[in-house]
Amino acid sequence: MSAPAAASNLSALDGTRGASSLGGFNLTALRLEITRVLRNRRTLFFIVVFPGIFFFLFGLGNKQARAAGPEALAYIMISMAVYGAMVGNTSGGASVAVERSLGWSRQLRLTPLTPAAYVAMKVLASMTLGLIAVCSTFALGAIYGVHMPVQTWLMAGVLAWLCSSVFAAFGLFVGFLFPAENVMQFVGPLMAFMAMFGGLFMPLTALPKGMQDFARYTPMYGVGSLARSPLVGGATPWAVGSVVVWAIIFAVGAMIVFRRDTARV
Amino acid sequence: MLAIDLRNLTKRYGAVTAVNDLTLQVAPGEIIAFLGPNGAGKTTTIDMMLGLARPDIGTVQIYGKTPTEAIARGEIAAVMQTGGLLKDFTVEETVQFTASLYAHSRPSNEVLERAGISHIATRRVGKCSGGEQQRLRFAMALLSDPRLLILDEPTTGMDVEGRREFWTAIREDASRGRTVLFATHYLDEADAYADRIVLIRQGSVVADGTTAEIKNLASGRRVRATIATPNIESLRALSGVTQIEQRGDSLLVSCTNSDVVARYLLTETDARDIEISSQNLEAAFVALTADDATPPTVGARS
Repeated sequence: MSAPAAASNLSALDGTRGASSLGGFNLTALRLEITRVLRNRRTLFFIVVFPGIFFFLFGLGNKQARAAGPEALAYIMISMAVYGAMVGNTSGGASVAVERSLGWSRQLRLTPLTPAAYVAMKVLASMTLGLIAVCSTFALGAIYGVHMPVQTWLMAGVLAWLCSSVFAAFGLFVGFLFPAENVMQFVGPLMAFMAMFGGLFMPLTALPKGMQDFARYTPMYGVGSLARSPLVGGATPWAVGSVVVWAIIFAVGAMIVFRRDTARV
Repeated sequence: MLAIDLRNLTKRYGAVTAVNDLTLQVAPGEIIAFLGPNGAGKTTTIDMMLGLARPDIGTVQIYGKTPTEAIARGEIAAVMQTGGLLKDFTVEETVQFTASLYAHSRPSNEVLERAGISHIATRRVGKCSGGEQQRLRFAMALLSDPRLLILDEPTTGMDVEGRREFWTAIREDASRGRTVLFATHYLDEADAYADRIVLIRQGSVVADGTTAEIKNLASGRRVRATIATPNIESLRALSGVTQIEQRGDSLLVSCTNSDVVARYLLTETDARDIEISSQNLEAAFVALTADDATPPTVGARS
């Protein structure tokens, strides 16, 4: 960049300027976006503090869980990591609702940023929140007595992170569907419900038979099962299929509402 | 090449015609005011220039390109009325974020300086006053060094001091040769800052001219008299009479030469209580943009 003084003759106004590469996608914007999101205490609470508290409540503070041995504690830790990552991804995606209600999306349409690049940055920011949730919960587990082989830590962490990113698409879907600033207040309870059927708050075997069958069709089932599979097995074709099918459903849903949205503005 | 070339734009929302066969050409370097009452179609027209709305009929070209191409290349930038900012970014972060989206942009500190907000660079946007937020939007608009800057009612809701500082920043910038189009319903703003004023009403251009020309439209006087049975035909035949109105015994004549009208009324009729008042820009604005006003023939370019 040249010195400010050079601007006085509007040197760039010669019409030979180029368009942004990658539709405006860039790491500076991504970094600023993540910094901004982490500034929100509410978000941090739900993706770091909340899963941590649950880990203590269901795990360390639970006689049954302690009696069931160290594997139970690891099981609960992974479940909580998945829960935090799922909330992080959903809230990251759903933040498009806030940005629309504040007019930020409209402002961005006056820049070279393409809708595809915008969505790509949203997904990456959401996945960063998911990663933070997984890492913080795993760190807490490591400090408070979870023991697993190194490859189990790694596999469980990576699976929890990647599988929960399905919910970034879910967040985008909800965010484009309901352009309200408080969208997460409605989605929160829904996610707690889904988390239950994903076996995140208690093992699914603790549920009645009918509920267990129903749970297999809910979005969290596959994500939870796959994330815990390095520890207890259960990477069934059904679990893999669940993640893939729900990923497609959410992504297509998000794409439809997104198209409708950009056509209207 | 024209900076703005709008041809026969029409935009309807359901049964409402927001913009009706609007044609407008703006040469590079002009500072042009879009003046009209609320709901006249200013914002809809601006949205079409920015590619935020698609015209039902007609074409928009910005420096010979479509609005979308012009935006992708940073040739056009806009300061919108409200919204469009994230409260939890700082002023500087907002500018850096926006800058990163362009292939080429001016340095952040330079645009903050030019918008007069370098001293609040680290402040959260949510803690900025309305005027400071508006200057932040202006700073963002400067990043791409646009050839055309569009401002949609930029000083709405600002206090007098805020408005003055904002326009000082705009005027300093415009002296560098940028094309500036701003929408306003403040007459004094159009008068003070524009080279050319385009009056719009019900989605169409009703007057278009230099500030002086528009003022001339309004420079007429009004003659009021009490008279029972005026001879409207004779009055209309007088030179410079633009409008005649009767309210009971009262006669109101708008004209450019009040002496002729007064002389006629005093010498040829039994009119009494004659009053002569001058019309100001405000009155012209109201007259030209009122829903039942007849579009003037003076000063309108096609």
